[in-house]
Amino acid sequence: MSFFLETLLGGLMSGMLYSLVALGFVLIYKASGVFNFAQGAMVLFAALSMARFSEWIPQWLGMDNLFMANLLAFAISVVVMFTVAWLVERLVLRHLVNQEGATLLMATLGIAYFLDGVGQTIFGSDIYKIDVGMPKEPVMMLENIFEGGILINKEDFVAAFISALLVVALSIFFQKTATGRALRAVADDHQAAQSIGIPLDRIWVIVWCVAGITALVAGIIWGSKLGAQFSLSTVALRALPVVILGGLTSVPGAIIGGLIIGVGEKISEVYLGPMVGGGIEIWFAYMLALMFLLFRPQGLFGEKIIDRV
Amino acid sequence: MNLRKLAVAASVAAIGLSAALTTPAAFAAEEQFFPVLAYRTGAYAPNGAPWANGFVDYMKLTNARGGVNGVKLIWEECETGYATDRGVECYERLKGKHGGATAVQPLSTGITFALTEKAPGDKIPVITAGYGRSESQNGAVFGWNFPLVGTYWMGADVLVQHIAKKEGGFDKLKGKKVALVYHDSPYGKEPIALLQERAKMHGFEVQLLPVAHPGVEQKATWLQIRQSKPDYVFLWGWGVMNSTSIKEAQATGYPREKMYGVWWSGAEPDVKDVGDGAKGYNALAMQHGAEPNAKVIKDVLSLVHAKGQGTGPKEEVGQVLYMRGLISAMLQVEGVRAAQGRYGKGKHITGEQMRWGLENISLDQKALDALGFAGVMRPVQTSCLDHMGSAWARIHTWDGKKWNFSSDWYQGDEKVLRPMVMLASSKYAEEKKIKPRTPEDCKK
Amino acid sequence: MFYRENGQFKTSYQADQQIFPIPQDRWVILGIVAFAFFGIPLLVDEYLFRAILIPFLILSLAALGVNILVGYCGQITLGAGAFMAVGAYAAYNFLIRVSGMPMLGAILLGGITAALVGIVFGIPSLRVRGLYLAVATLAAQFFWDWAFLRVKWFTNDASSGSVSVANLQLFNWSIESPTDKYLFCLGILVVLGLMAKNLVRGSIGRQWMAIRDMDVAATVIGIRPLYAKLSAFAVSSFYVGVAGGLWGFVHLGSWEPAAFSIDRSFQLLFMVIIGGMGSIVGSFFGAAFIVILPIFLNQMLPLVGGLFGLEVSIALVSHVEIMIFGALIIFFLIVEPHGIARLWSTAREKLRLWPFPH
Repeated sequence: MSFFLETLLGGLMSGMLYSLVALGFVLIYKASGVFNFAQGAMVLFAALSMARFSEWIPQWLGMDNLFMANLLAFAISVVVMFTVAWLVERLVLRHLVNQEGATLLMATLGIAYFLDGVGQTIFGSDIYKIDVGMPKEPVMMLENIFEGGILINKEDFVAAFISALLVVALSIFFQKTATGRALRAVADDHQAAQSIGIPLDRIWVIVWCVAGITALVAGIIWGSKLGAQFSLSTVALRALPVVILGGLTSVPGAIIGGLIIGVGEKISEVYLGPMVGGGIEIWFAYMLALMFLLFRPQGLFGEKIIDRV
Repeated sequence: MNLRKLAVAASVAAIGLSAALTTPAAFAAEEQFFPVLAYRTGAYAPNGAPWANGFVDYMKLTNARGGVNGVKLIWEECETGYATDRGVECYERLKGKHGGATAVQPLSTGITFALTEKAPGDKIPVITAGYGRSESQNGAVFGWNFPLVGTYWMGADVLVQHIAKKEGGFDKLKGKKVALVYHDSPYGKEPIALLQERAKMHGFEVQLLPVAHPGVEQKATWLQIRQSKPDYVFLWGWGVMNSTSIKEAQATGYPREKMYGVWWSGAEPDVKDVGDGAKGYNALAMQHGAEPNAKVIKDVLSLVHAKGQGTGPKEEVGQVLYMRGLISAMLQVEGVRAAQGRYGKGKHITGEQMRWGLENISLDQKALDALGFAGVMRPVQTSCLDHMGSAWARIHTWDGKKWNFSSDWYQGDEKVLRPMVMLASSKYAEEKKIKPRTPEDCKK
Repeated sequence: MFYRENGQFKTSYQADQQIFPIPQDRWVILGIVAFAFFGIPLLVDEYLFRAILIPFLILSLAALGVNILVGYCGQITLGAGAFMAVGAYAAYNFLIRVSGMPMLGAILLGGITAALVGIVFGIPSLRVRGLYLAVATLAAQFFWDWAFLRVKWFTNDASSGSVSVANLQLFNWSIESPTDKYLFCLGILVVLGLMAKNLVRGSIGRQWMAIRDMDVAATVIGIRPLYAKLSAFAVSSFYVGVAGGLWGFVHLGSWEPAAFSIDRSFQLLFMVIIGGMGSIVGSFFGAAFIVILPIFLNQMLPLVGGLFGLEVSIALVSHVEIMIFGALIIFFLIVEPHGIARLWSTAREKLRLWPFPH
């Protein structure tokens, strides 16, 4: 029983981390209809920038305060991600308005390649450390209820908490601020939004900026767990089933989808894996998403797709 | 008249052409070309780059020491990105340059498999020092593969010997449980056959836990380890998978002292960003560990890096993977030297002659000491039938700052290894319809 | 001027409906094919054959298959690599398990197996569409990646999970030298390419296109989506499977599932979109672009650096290579979102009117 709970908790926590990456997909898709494959590359780019600046800043300024270094590095990385967002809109998306989904998807793959190249040229291709003081050692809990207790990974716990905070912040941003409302208006109908005076191109820059910040947060959390290195860009592949399960257009969908996928793949790997030789979690996640899709082709929380001739 | 003119022109052109063709050949006689298939980008770059730096630095050192009996080494790098098709392209691109490649070292099990099919046709030896397919030790079947100094079966064998010693004898292994956390690819699967063989012999249990490429998601793997509580964990990872494993071990509270990595899972990039969390983690040392005090390293620093010709950063010189690259290059250079001993000192060596050289490497302790490898390596003696040449290894342990040796030397057990090598290689020979070479063939 | 149809009169329906109704086209294509068969083997060295031409031919075939599904039937797939793997491993198993199986037969049977698997994985397309389907096809990719690593039967119990074939033979022709391999791949490509061209001109191809353009409308006019979509999956997977068999047998000789990883799937989709969706010739342009460009950049950059007296490190070269690659993709999409094939047809239109613009 206690082991089952551990697996469940582990699944929920990885689920939260997937959601964090999935959010980036959803934000951009919602506001611009672009399926942004470059999200993984953005996570990597942000993580590299964070890791390297927090290493370089103490050298440049000759100070020895980890907290200040991280804070400055975070600020610089935010600026870097904003620049990326602005450039993407200016140089790529602006020229591809009204193109088909597949073309836009390809363009974001192009962006992903470009970012991978730039990131490794500027920041290097080694493994870099992001030290934001995440606790590494596990703790045991509920020892009086279960024999041996439940092992909680504090780092995951903190990460899940931060993800939850980010989601709440994003929801408030979308629901309560004028910009958030404008974003939702654009998502509902580009032309109607434009006709009441919402500047489309500015909205797109904003939404890519927001996606950039989610990428940065995801990058810091994943990077502090795994080290900032090229493989981080592959976390996007883990987040894809989450997005389609939850629905491409739904923020809560990304969260619920993340939790379902996280729990589903951990439980399948731990309990079904040994029977077939293990290593099933990645395709199991996709199969799980596919199963849900067969019943709801637009994902759990996606907007209903209505066909008109 | 016209016809005669044409004939004259043609013969003049032919002479000119042949002259043009022979001149570079004559020129190339004092040069020996080493292609370098490296990866300095992508998911495996942190581990690929130091290897390549060590490899190139040793060639620079050899040239600074006056070449191989006066023959200068030249080389060209090609980026494979650890991808098989790019690796094949690199091989095709480099194999004919500068009078032909001497030998090729792909540093990827996938590329090794592809080149194993191509090399016999091109007559270029494939050196896979410490990787590749274990059964290619049998030179009678795998005429062009050279898993010099170590194969995965031998490595896994040494690990089993080590834990047996820890437990106080092979009979104490009965009922123990060993988990193998491996990279889900031919590379990671190599040791399974040997571990299962050994498990049958001594009655311990092997739990197989594959990790999908690139190995950043291992939570479920370590949950299973937490559930089954194995006595030892063997780690067969590469790249970012290694550090992730150690971090997950830390997060699930598995003692690092009971973790043993293969020699590709025991270098600085694997542990340095884990720092103290990796303290006590062990790994196989393919003879050498981190060797900042070896004489050859001092030579590299004084003859190459001091002149500003170092390939990589200076801090890296002498680290584990750097040493692996350095030794890989050294073995290739010694292969050339051995071949020159037969085919003429100071001459250019072809791929076919190189094979003879690699089959007749004879490095005793004195020769190794002279090269600056005292304390780093044990003697290597290859033959036509044994393409490995040396089966020694030891264990080193990370103390939070650096790697230290923590065991004596072990030797892979021939009684276990040889039958497995023979069985697997004869299956390969049968599939491929290869007629194994006899000792008489070897003399040619 | 040279490309004008004035004065060419068709007297029969048949003449009007042939593949290349304009004689100039016909002759140019025939000339290119003849040159590929007879000219190139005389001119080209081993490196070009092995490293560029053979991969180019095989990947064009795969791109052709993907184009049938993506470009003609409108079903985006990210699982093409998996079907290549199915083709390759099925062909391998046919070759070693059925005694006396000829190599070509094994490859074709591998393609048929891939087609059957393609039908199974195409079933979700009846319900799921667009990007959702694209991501769902990744399920096939990851599932087969896993299956070929884990199920030992597929790899004939090889301890490492890597398989290899040798001694390729077609009747009495032993396919050993790069020229032989090139001609073998070229032959298959020409036959299958011609077949694809005919398929998409025929009734089945028109059904696919109707489904692509608006599937609800297509259903209304009496096209069965079940039949049309699944047949597209089957044909596409057959092409991709045959390409997979060739990739394993002819190009690599020995392979592991990583040869058909997700990167391969992306690469194939790239080829189709860069080359031109819904265009047979576009698949070739796309394959050429994707196969040759990275290698070209990789070899050119050090030379360019040398001109400016810079020693370019190999790491920098490969980083700049992927940067330029990414940038060029974006550039092409902006300049011509419909792919290189559209540029080509625009050029042909211009040529038709040249030298008079109207």
